[in-house]
Amino acid sequence: MIGRTAILRLAAGAVGLGAVAGAGFLAYALHPAIAPIAPPAATSFPAESVERGRVLAAGGYCAECHTRRDGQPGIPLAGDYAMATPFGTIYSSNITPDAQTGIGRWSLAAFTRAMRYGVSRDGANLFPAFPFDHFTHMTDGDIADVYAYLMAQKPVHSVKRENTLPFPFDLRILQAGWKLMFLHPGAYRNDPAHDAQWNRGAYLAEGLSHCSACHTPRNAMGAEKASAPYDGAPVDNWIAPPLNAANPTPVTWTEDEFFQYLRYGVAPLHGSAAGPMSPVVHGGLSEMPEADVHAIAHYLANIDHADARQPGDARHLTAAMATSTRDLTTPQTSDPDARLYQGACSACHANTGARPVLGRPELALNNALWLSEPTNLYQVILRGIGTEEGQAGITMPSFYHALTDADLARLAAYLRRTRTTLPPWTDLEKKAAAVRATLPAPPVAASH
Amino acid sequence: MTSFRLNGHDVSVDVPDDTPLLWVIRDEIGLTGTKFGCGIGMCGACTVHVGGRATRSCITPVSAVQGAEITTIEGLDPAGAHPVQEAWKDLQVPQCGYCQSGQIMQAASLLHDYPQPTDEDIDAVMGGSLCRCMTYIRIRDAIKKAAAATRGEPSNG
Repeated sequence: MIGRTAILRLAAGAVGLGAVAGAGFLAYALHPAIAPIAPPAATSFPAESVERGRVLAAGGYCAECHTRRDGQPGIPLAGDYAMATPFGTIYSSNITPDAQTGIGRWSLAAFTRAMRYGVSRDGANLFPAFPFDHFTHMTDGDIADVYAYLMAQKPVHSVKRENTLPFPFDLRILQAGWKLMFLHPGAYRNDPAHDAQWNRGAYLAEGLSHCSACHTPRNAMGAEKASAPYDGAPVDNWIAPPLNAANPTPVTWTEDEFFQYLRYGVAPLHGSAAGPMSPVVHGGLSEMPEADVHAIAHYLANIDHADARQPGDARHLTAAMATSTRDLTTPQTSDPDARLYQGACSACHANTGARPVLGRPELALNNALWLSEPTNLYQVILRGIGTEEGQAGITMPSFYHALTDADLARLAAYLRRTRTTLPPWTDLEKKAAAVRATLPAPPVAASH
Repeated sequence: MTSFRLNGHDVSVDVPDDTPLLWVIRDEIGLTGTKFGCGIGMCGACTVHVGGRATRSCITPVSAVQGAEITTIEGLDPAGAHPVQEAWKDLQVPQCGYCQSGQIMQAASLLHDYPQPTDEDIDAVMGGSLCRCMTYIRIRDAIKKAAAATRGEPSNG
C-alpha cells in the first residue's frame, strides 16, 4: 500500500514549473526515449538473479500497487490498481513483460532509469505515486535483479484504465518540477557513523521497502516532509503511526518488537499488522531473508530511540496491564459502556496476567487507542482481521453490522478513557460514520 | 471459493465471500452444534475456534478464514470427552442448553490461555458468553473442575 496516497505530489509540478522557468527547465524535464528491445526470453535471465529479484519485489511490495483490486481482481503485476487521489484516480501500469501493454520492450537501462529517475521508457515523466524517490536509492544490482524477475514472469496483455486527472495535473512534464525539488537520485551510501546492520536496514527501509512513504507526513506538494521524518501520517483511510520517538504507545517499539511485527505480523507488546500494513508483512517482508528484517528492525529501533525509552517500559507495561480487566470482574459495573465492551470485546482482549497472552491483543498497549484519532480502532472493529492478515491463522470478526456508529463512539470513548492516559477523542460518532463510509458492507448476520 | 480445515477435514465452500462462517458451518456443512444467538457477536452462542482462538462465527465473514484451522463443538474432542465437556456433564451445567456449545468452546480456549483460572480470569474472559438460564455459578465451577482434571488432580465435584 506504499505510496498510494502520495498523490498530493501532483500539485507540485505546477509550482516547480514556476520555480525554474524556461529552456533550462525543458532541458531538465525532457528525456529521450530509450529504444525498445525485442522482448527477452524468460530463460535468458540467470535463475539466481530471478530468485533474488522475486525476494526484492516482495520486499518492495510491487504487486501491491500493480495489481487491480477493485471490481474484477486482476492478475498480479498486470497493473490497473486504482489509486484514489484528491485530483482524480491514477491507475497503475502493467509491469508484466507483455510487449504491447507491459514492459516487455523495456531494456534494463530503461527500467533502471524509471526506478532511479522516474522516467518511462518513452521519455515521459512518471507520476510520483510510483515511489521512485525511494527506489532511486537501490543498487544497480538490486534493480537488475528486480528487472530479471519481472521480465521472467508470464506476459499478461492488460490495458489499464485511463487516469482521471484533470488539466493541468495530467501534464507529465510538470512532474519534472517536483523531481527537481524532491528527488535526490542515487544509490544509498553507507553512513560511516553506523555499523553494517544499521546501514543495511537504512538501505532497505529508505529504498526498496520505502517505509517513510506511508509513515512520514507529506507537504502541500505531496512530498515527504523532510522536517518530520517518520512522524506518522494518514494513509488509505488508516493512520500510519509515528515510527520515531513520537510513537505514543506505552511500551517502546524495541528492535525485537519491530522484528516480531515485521516478520510475523504481531508484536507481543503492541498488536498485529492490520489494514495496509498487513500485506507489507505477509507476502512482503516475510519473504525477505531474516537478517534483512532484523536489519530493518535495528534501523527503526534507532530512529525510535528505543534505548533511551526502554527504561520506563516495565512501569508502563504494569500500568497498562492493570487496566485490562477494569469493569470486567467483581464488583460488577452497571456502566453501559463497560458492558458493551464486555459483550463485544473482552472475551478476546482481556488479559489478567503481567503480560498479554499471544493471540489476545492488549488494547491498552495498542497504537489504535493511543493515536491522535480513532481511525485505526474503527477500521479494525468494522472490518475485522482475516486469518491471512495480522497474526496469521487467527481472525477477528467484523462488527460492521453489529455495532452502530453510536456504539462505536461509546466503545472508543470508553477505551480511551479507561485504557489510556490521553485526552478524549472528539466527534467520535461522526468519525465512525466517516470510516464506515470508506468500507464495503460485509455480511448481514440476520436470521434467515 | 473459500477453503479451510474444519475439525481436521479439508473443506471448500462456494458461497459469497461475505457469508457468515456460522451459516457455512450450519447450512453448508451441516454441523448444527454451533448455535445462532444474537447474530451480532454479543452473546457467544456461535463461538468456534479459529486457529485455536475462540471466535464469534456469526459475524466472521467466510472469506476471513481462508486457510484457517477451525474447530466446532463437534470436533473439540473425538469422543466428546474434552475435560470441559466432562465437567459440564458431571456438574449438569446446562439448563436449556442453547448456549452451552459456545460456553464450552470459550471455556476450552480460556483454559488454554489460563490453565489455572481464577474467578477474575473466568469473569474477564467468559463475560461475553451469555446464559439466559443463569447457570453462571455452575459454569464457573465446571471450568475450575476441568482445570483440575487437566492438571491431573483428583476432584470431589
